[in-house]
Amino acid sequence: MKKTWWKILCVVILLYTIIQGLGGIVPRQPILNETIRNVYFHVPLWFGMMALMTASMWFAIKYLRNGNIADDEYSVEFANVAIFFGILGFMTGSLWGQFTWGDWLPKDPKIIAVEVGLLIYSSYFILRSSFEDEQRRARLSAIYNIFAFATFIPLVWILPRLTDSLHPGNGGNPAFGKYDMDSAMRMVFYPAIIGFTLLGVWITSLRIRLRVIERLKL
Amino acid sequence: MDSTLIMQELKALIEKEIRLEWRQRYALNGMILYIVSTVFVCYMSFALKSKGMEPITWNTLFWIILLFTAVNSITKSFTQERAGRQLYYYTLASPQGIILSKIIYNIVLLLALSLIGLFIYIIFLGNPVQNLLMYLTAVVIGAIGFSSTLTMVAGIASKAENTSTLMAVLSFPIILPMLSMLIRLSKNAMDGLEWNTSYDEILILLAIDAIVITISYLLFPFLWRS
Repeated sequence: MKKTWWKILCVVILLYTIIQGLGGIVPRQPILNETIRNVYFHVPLWFGMMALMTASMWFAIKYLRNGNIADDEYSVEFANVAIFFGILGFMTGSLWGQFTWGDWLPKDPKIIAVEVGLLIYSSYFILRSSFEDEQRRARLSAIYNIFAFATFIPLVWILPRLTDSLHPGNGGNPAFGKYDMDSAMRMVFYPAIIGFTLLGVWITSLRIRLRVIERLKL
Repeated sequence: MDSTLIMQELKALIEKEIRLEWRQRYALNGMILYIVSTVFVCYMSFALKSKGMEPITWNTLFWIILLFTAVNSITKSFTQERAGRQLYYYTLASPQGIILSKIIYNIVLLLALSLIGLFIYIIFLGNPVQNLLMYLTAVVIGAIGFSSTLTMVAGIASKAENTSTLMAVLSFPIILPMLSMLIRLSKNAMDGLEWNTSYDEILILLAIDAIVITISYLLFPFLWRS
């Protein structure tokens, strides 16, 4: 019971998010209309992805400090699930874009940033697959992970704020927090971020356990 | 270690890099010829048939040529010396000294290459740039950023077998933010905008350069051990 409380919390929060997200009352906005509900799913997925990427980098640093191969496994699996969340966020965003901006893939700095981010993490896996030796692979990919994260952050957080963007909070567009979301929405939105992040950690922990079993079997 | 010793070590290592390059002059000449022939190919395909090109195309094409030249010239910075000799350096010098000397040397090399490249590019494809000083600033900042990022990536890629593929795969995505900022800055220079409109871009580019160099400095000791 000691270790399962956060899984229960995760399920409860996500159920709450889905019920509130599909059935709750949302403010009516001119272009957004009912699609504003997507803010409960699309945005928390991105927050979850960022959290997972940060965790991945954290374990990469930890690996470099003590050379424990388990930390490398953590790092990989966090990156893996981060990519998965990234793709989901991309899909929900694309769906949303079609109904508000009239285009599945508008030219927008944030979308480009995320495409680049997915490219970075894909090349991380290419790098991993090109080494035979376990320790060597772990060390080099940890180095690349930290290096890539450090260049990815300015890309996502700084660049979109300088150029014109369709996303709220960028290029002079007001942020969601200011106008669109009322307090009732925020009561769902903030828990949703926690819920999706917990879900990511849960998936990651399952994958790590699978990996450990496979390693011990060999 | 006190700072004079570090400076001495850096000086010796950079001198070694320059000597090494000078002994293999064919590689250096090869790089110059590479950039000249790329520019010429662009000249053939763009300028001869149609009536010149749009300023935006001019700018983007130049940066892409520069990017490929940088990738090609920096890939070899860890592979041109044999593993045995590298081991020898590593017993003599500190990893920080090695990475800094390689970064500084690559910056100098890429600066030379890009200035030659820009000169030839302007001769062949015309000069739509209105604020040349600002454009040169962009080229200098870009050369610093490219070479510091690519040096670290070359270090990572040199440990694997398919170095040249990995080099492109690993470096392009992390260089993209820098590249897009550089294209914006140089576009401002082409339009002849005032300096104070571009302070943001210059500041961010310098910040990215600083981040990249700091992280290379911190991470290279780990790379060196493998």
